[in-house]
Amino acid sequence: MSKYIKDRTPQIVTIGEDQHDLACEKKSAAGSVSQRACVFCGSRVVLYPIADALHLVHGPIGCAAYTWDIRGAMSSGPQLHRLSFSTDLREKDVVFGGEKKLYSALTELIESYKPEAVFIYSTCIVGVIGDDVEAVARRLSNETGVDVLPVMSEGFKGTKKDGYKAACDALMKLVGTDDNYLPPKYSINILGDFNLAGELWILAEYYKRIGVEIIACLTGDGRVEQVRKCHKASLNVVQCSGSMMHVAKEMEKKYDIPFKKVSYFGIEDMSDALYEVAQHFNDPELMANARTLVSEEIAKLIPALQPYRQKLEGKKAAIYVGGAFKAISLVKALRLLGMQTVVVGSQTGNKDDYNLLQKICDKGTVIVDDSNPNELSDFVKQTGADLFIGGVKERPIAYKLGLGFCDHNHERKEALAGFVGMLNFAKEVYASVCSPVWKFIQK
Amino acid sequence: MLLRHTTEKEIDRKALTINPAKTCQPVGAMYAALGVHGCLPHSHGSQGCCSYHRSALTRHYKEPVMAATSSFTEGSSVFGGQANLLQAIGTIFSVYDPDIIAVHSTCLSETIGDDLKQIVAKANADGKVPDGKHVIEASTPSYVGSHVTGYHNMLQSIVQHFAIKTDEAKRQVNLLAGWVEPSDMRELKRISKMMGIKTVLVPDTSDVLDAPMTGKFEMYPKGGTTIPELVSMGDSMKTVAIGEWATKGAAIALDNNCKVPFDMLDLPIGVKATDRFIMSLSKAGAVAVPEEIDRERGRLVDMITDMHQYFYGKRVALFGDPDQLLPLCEFLLDLDMVPAYVVSGTPGKTFGKRMKEIFGDKIDQVKFKNGANADMFQLHQWIKQEGVDLLIGNTYGKYIALDEKIPFLRMGFPIVDRVGHSYFPTLGYMGGIRILEKILDLLMQYQDENSPEEKVELVM
Repeated sequence: MSKYIKDRTPQIVTIGEDQHDLACEKKSAAGSVSQRACVFCGSRVVLYPIADALHLVHGPIGCAAYTWDIRGAMSSGPQLHRLSFSTDLREKDVVFGGEKKLYSALTELIESYKPEAVFIYSTCIVGVIGDDVEAVARRLSNETGVDVLPVMSEGFKGTKKDGYKAACDALMKLVGTDDNYLPPKYSINILGDFNLAGELWILAEYYKRIGVEIIACLTGDGRVEQVRKCHKASLNVVQCSGSMMHVAKEMEKKYDIPFKKVSYFGIEDMSDALYEVAQHFNDPELMANARTLVSEEIAKLIPALQPYRQKLEGKKAAIYVGGAFKAISLVKALRLLGMQTVVVGSQTGNKDDYNLLQKICDKGTVIVDDSNPNELSDFVKQTGADLFIGGVKERPIAYKLGLGFCDHNHERKEALAGFVGMLNFAKEVYASVCSPVWKFIQK
Repeated sequence: MLLRHTTEKEIDRKALTINPAKTCQPVGAMYAALGVHGCLPHSHGSQGCCSYHRSALTRHYKEPVMAATSSFTEGSSVFGGQANLLQAIGTIFSVYDPDIIAVHSTCLSETIGDDLKQIVAKANADGKVPDGKHVIEASTPSYVGSHVTGYHNMLQSIVQHFAIKTDEAKRQVNLLAGWVEPSDMRELKRISKMMGIKTVLVPDTSDVLDAPMTGKFEMYPKGGTTIPELVSMGDSMKTVAIGEWATKGAAIALDNNCKVPFDMLDLPIGVKATDRFIMSLSKAGAVAVPEEIDRERGRLVDMITDMHQYFYGKRVALFGDPDQLLPLCEFLLDLDMVPAYVVSGTPGKTFGKRMKEIFGDKIDQVKFKNGANADMFQLHQWIKQEGVDLLIGNTYGKYIALDEKIPFLRMGFPIVDRVGHSYFPTLGYMGGIRILEKILDLLMQYQDENSPEEKVELVM
C-alpha cells in the first residue's frame, strides 16, 4: 500500500525541501477520502444566516436534513432560517419532475410565513431531472410579490467554491433593490462574516466606536432588507474572501464601491482591519478613534494573554481548514501565542493564499491542498504537532492521535474574532493542548 | 422561541416536509458498512453526500468516520459514473488497503442510471480487485425510503455477498441488528454470551464507533464482523433478526440463499420485547434461559414496581425510526404511560398495523403518522393542541422541548448535543433500566423545578 495517492504529490510542499509550486484548485481523485463537500454545501452555508428569508431545499430529504441548523450562525431577531424546509423529492417526482411540487410547496409556505424573500436551493438531482427552478421562481415572484431567488447549486457542478459563487449570484439579485435608502456619512458592508458565536456583534461594536456604521453584513445576522440597500455603502470590507469576493467585485463594477480584504482574527489583522477602514474615509478623527480603540484593547489583551502564552510557548500546530485565507491569520495568531505552525492546508485554497502561506511559514512546514485523513495523520506525526485546528471531521482524528483541537469551522463555540476573540482563542487552545487527559495516552 | 412559526392549526400540506423526522438512505448504508471489519464505505456520487454523511455520523458518535467518494463532476453526470468508480476502486485498494469496499449509490448516480452491479463486475473482471479482497454494492437512492432503508439495503448486500452454505452445519445463531448504538451491539453480544450461544452479530459497530483511545489513528479499528464470520452465516442454525425495517431483507436473503430460517422480532426495548428476544434466542440456540438473565429482568420489573406511581397517565410524544418507536410505545404502555403522539418520517405500511396491535383497545389514545409529511412540524402542531409530559427523540426535538417547556429524553439518531448515548445500551433488560432511569430523572427534575416551595419534596 502506497501511503499517498500518487497524483497528489504536486499538492504537497514542504518548505525548504520541495522546489515546486503547490498545485491547487484541482478536482479530487475519485476514491479519495477527501474532506471536501459540494456546491450545494457552499451555497447553503453562505446564505443560511439570512434569518428572515425562507430557505427551501429542492431535492430529496438528505440535503435539507444534513444542513439543518448546523451553521451556528446567530440571529438577533427572526429565527425562520433555523427551520428545515424541503420538497422531499420521492421516486415519483424524479420520474415525472418536481416542478409542480416545488410550486405548490412554495405557494403554501409563502402564504403561511410571508417571508421577506425565498431562496430555492437546487440539488444534484434537480439538475439531472431538469426542473426549471428559475421559471418556477419567476412565476412565484410575479404571483406573490415576494422575491423568490433560485440558487443554482447542483452538488456535482464543482466544489464548495462554485457554491459560494451561486450564493453570490442569488445575493446580487437582491442587492440594490431598495434605492431610496439614505446611508449615514461613514458606512460599510461586511462581506463574509457569518456571525458564528456572535462574532459580528463584536465587530459591529468596534466599528461603532470608531464612528463607522455597518449597513449590511453578508450574511451573518442577515436581513433581506439590509441586502436590498447595501449598495449605498461607501466601502465593502471582505473577511471571508473565498466566499464573498464575487459579490465584492460585482458591487465594485455595478455600484463603484471599492473593497478591502481583511481578517478579524488576531491582533495584527484586527487592528489593520480597523485602520484600513479609517484610512479609507480619510477622516483624522476616525483614525484617532481607531488608534485609541486598538491601544485600549491591546492594553487589556496582552497581559491577559500572558499566562496562556507561557504555557503554549514552543508548541506546534497543524491547520486544516476550508479556505486558505483564514489559515494565514491563524499562523500569525498562533505565533502571537509563541506557537509554530508545522502543517497547514485547506480544502479549497487558491494560488495567492498558498504563496503567502509559503512565505510566512517556517522551514519544514508542510503545506497541503485537498488533503485526507491518512495524510493529515502522517504529517501531524512527522512534525510532532501538539494542536490541530480544523472542522467536524478532523476533530476525532486529532483526538485519536492524542492532540489538542480547536474548531475553526461550523462547530465553533467561541467567538474568535476581534481582540476578545484572540483571548478566547488562547483559552481554547490552552484548555485543549494542556488538558490533563493527554497524560493518560501513550503515543 | 425557535419554532414560533409553528401554527396550532394543522395546515393542509401536499408537497412539503418541514423539520424532517428522517434523513436519506446513504448515511444508513454507510453506518451498516462500518459494522464490518476492514470495510471502507464508498459513496458513488458527489463529494457533498460523502462529506455530509461522514459529518453526521461523526457528530453523533464522536469518532472518526472514514469513507471514500467517487467525486462526481458535471462530466460524470452526463457520461455516467463508471469511469469514476473504476478509478476509485483502484485508488482505494492501493492507498487505503481495506478488505472490503462497500459501495452505495446516491440519488445522483441512481438517476443517471449507473448500474453498480455491472460496474463492480467489470472491476472484478478487469482485475481491479486484489485477491482476497471484496467490493460489495447496494442501491440506495435518496428519494426512496429513509436512512433506515439504506441501512437495510446495505445489510442485505453484506449478507448476500458473503454468506455461503457448506455441508458443515454450525452450532451458531445469526443475529441481525437493526440501527442501534455501538453499546447496544455490545449488549447483544453480552446477552448471547450469558445465554451460552455462539452468535454472529452483523453489523457490529462496537469497537469501531466507540473505539478506545490508543493514541493512534486507525483507518480500520478493531471491531466489526469479520469476513470468516460473515461467510459462516450460511451454515448457522437460525437467524434472529431484530428491527424489521432494518433487517428484513438480510433475514430473507439468508433464508432464500442458505436455507437458514429466521425469527423477525422487534428491537428488544422494554420488558415484553426483550422477553420475546430472549425466548427467540433460547429456542434458536436450544438453550435454557440462565438464571442471571431472569435476575436482570427481575431488577427491571422491580424498578418499575418501585416507581410505577410516577409513570401513570403521563403523556408522551415520540419521533424517530419505526424499529425503535414500536417497542418503545409498547414499553411506555407497560409503564402505564400514554404514548400520545408518534411520528416517523420512515415510510412503510406495516407501521400502522403494528401500532394497532400494540395499542389494542387503547388505540384511540394515540395520534400517529409515518412516511410522507410525517415530520416534526406535524408533531409540534399536535403537541400544541394538547400538551405532553415528555418528549422522546433525537437532538432536533430540543426546539420543541425548549419552546413548549417539555422534559426531553434524547434517543435515536442523531444526538449531537449530548455525549454518552453511544456508551450505554437501551436494549435488553439493562437497557430498559437505563431508559427508566432517564425518564424518571427527567420527570422528577421537572417536578422539582416546577413545584411551589411548600410542595418541594425531599423523598420522592
